[in-house]
Amino acid sequence: MGSPVQQLALVDCNNFYVSCERVFRPDLARVPMVVLSNNDGCVVSRSNEARALGIKMGQPWFECKELAEQHSILAFSSNYALYADLSNRVMSILSNFAPRHEVYSIDECFVDLTGIPKLREVSYAMRARVGQWTGIPVCVGIGPTKTLAKLANHVAKKHPRSRGVFNYNALTPAQKANLLQHIPAEEVWGVGRKLTKKLARHGIETVHDLQQAHVPTLRAEFGVVMEKIQRELQEIPCIELREIQPDRQQIIVSRSFGNMVTELPVLQDALSAFVANACAKLRAQSSHAAVIQVFLQTNRFRKDLPQYMPSLAVPLPYPTNDSLGVNRWAAALCERMFRPDYQYKKAGIVLCEISPVTQRQGDLLEPQIPCNERLMKALDALNQRYGRGTVKVSTQGAYRDWQMRQERKSPNYTTAWDDVPLV
Amino acid sequence: MKAALDSPPQPVFIPEQKAWLQVCGWKVPAGFPSPAADHTRKRIDLNERLIRNGDTTYVLKVKGDSMIDIGIYEGDALLVDRSLDARHGNIVLAVLNNEFTVKRLHKRGGVIKLIPENTRYPTITVKEGEEFDVWGVVTYNLHKLY
Repeated sequence: MGSPVQQLALVDCNNFYVSCERVFRPDLARVPMVVLSNNDGCVVSRSNEARALGIKMGQPWFECKELAEQHSILAFSSNYALYADLSNRVMSILSNFAPRHEVYSIDECFVDLTGIPKLREVSYAMRARVGQWTGIPVCVGIGPTKTLAKLANHVAKKHPRSRGVFNYNALTPAQKANLLQHIPAEEVWGVGRKLTKKLARHGIETVHDLQQAHVPTLRAEFGVVMEKIQRELQEIPCIELREIQPDRQQIIVSRSFGNMVTELPVLQDALSAFVANACAKLRAQSSHAAVIQVFLQTNRFRKDLPQYMPSLAVPLPYPTNDSLGVNRWAAALCERMFRPDYQYKKAGIVLCEISPVTQRQGDLLEPQIPCNERLMKALDALNQRYGRGTVKVSTQGAYRDWQMRQERKSPNYTTAWDDVPLV
Repeated sequence: MKAALDSPPQPVFIPEQKAWLQVCGWKVPAGFPSPAADHTRKRIDLNERLIRNGDTTYVLKVKGDSMIDIGIYEGDALLVDRSLDARHGNIVLAVLNNEFTVKRLHKRGGVIKLIPENTRYPTITVKEGEEFDVWGVVTYNLHKLY
């Protein structure tokens, strides 16, 4: 005790992908619209107008077709280059408000405002500045723990009277209890739909119920994670602010295909693109992987088709991050597993046993082939400069069948010269 | 037999950065050091010159000819900074009734006008009830000459 209450702010962008699309399309300001996931499958972001019309988060787009036609709801394919650039701008602006912050996701950032004078003014200034400087509307929730900051953000979003900023710390104990009694437990960070049902069976319906629940029972029934959540709701910080993201221990790259794939070369081609992507991530964090796993999947929603979901992993002869070397293994594993007469919907690779490049252990039998370090550096530099996929590994991208369906993608307004918006 | 170690062996990190000895690419006449050696400066960086705040600056291309009298032509690339306060007389990218337009901003006595720089176009006075917003202030025009 003795340390002052944390003033942890969670800044969350409103309907982020939709807001990004609107930055360069003022004509869409009040149009009902959605952004779709990879392959234009499901709704991943909705404008308030689309939400009001009854479009659900995660809903498959084909289910919305009728509603969409009726109300002329616009749909965009996801344009990750645009979202990433605008996200970086938002995060960079936020980082100037306080020395400690954590970029939590593409559209969320924790900012530690503890000890910052004029908290109220600063919170509104954050919201106003991000809005003016990027065009992305954000809400700010402040609390003593991450979980309560997230909950405060939920309140800021839901209640227009908050004008986009809500500070849980500013409430009296009675106000706090009253507020938590009116928020369903499923709104708490980390409590999913499944857990909500289980909690309800134990009579825990609201956030207040969860906060006050019997500790030993909660731990016995739901484990330590739920106990942590409960403590966070009781204003005891259990989840630290992570300013530096730890290096990844496992890299997974997988995609659903635009069309079903039946031929081996097409699968290998897709895998080589995944390998290139995963190895670039390895190189960016100066590490290498010792194990590669490849998996293939048929379409599990098509019960009428034969199903086959093989997966195979092998240790690499020596840890590497060389796209060419890893690709040979991916192609070999794929060939081993491949069976004709199946229609593949998805494939992916997993790189694991990741360690820093500086820890390299030689192998007595396998000759130490130095990976094409300089070649890979040049490749990364070119792809960085001219866009991903400018320089590819041999087979990568020779076939089009597997690639993502993005029929409704907006231009790369901020990252490609030819796509710069006209005004 | 148990190894006589009180802690597990630790990997030794070898720093990835290598030390390079820079070798001059040009021949140095023995006895006479290059007279320019003490005067090298960083080359001019256009990003640094033209962009005050990278996080808030965007490139947009011009459509139309309403600003040709001050040399803003169709196809020119404008640098637009959203972090600047739009003042009277600035060239701005405005959003009027949900549409982009580049004009000179007139802001006097509570009246907002958008002034074109082409005599063939009329000045637009923003009327009450119209939706108006300044998207950003135009800071540079990049016009291709070659």
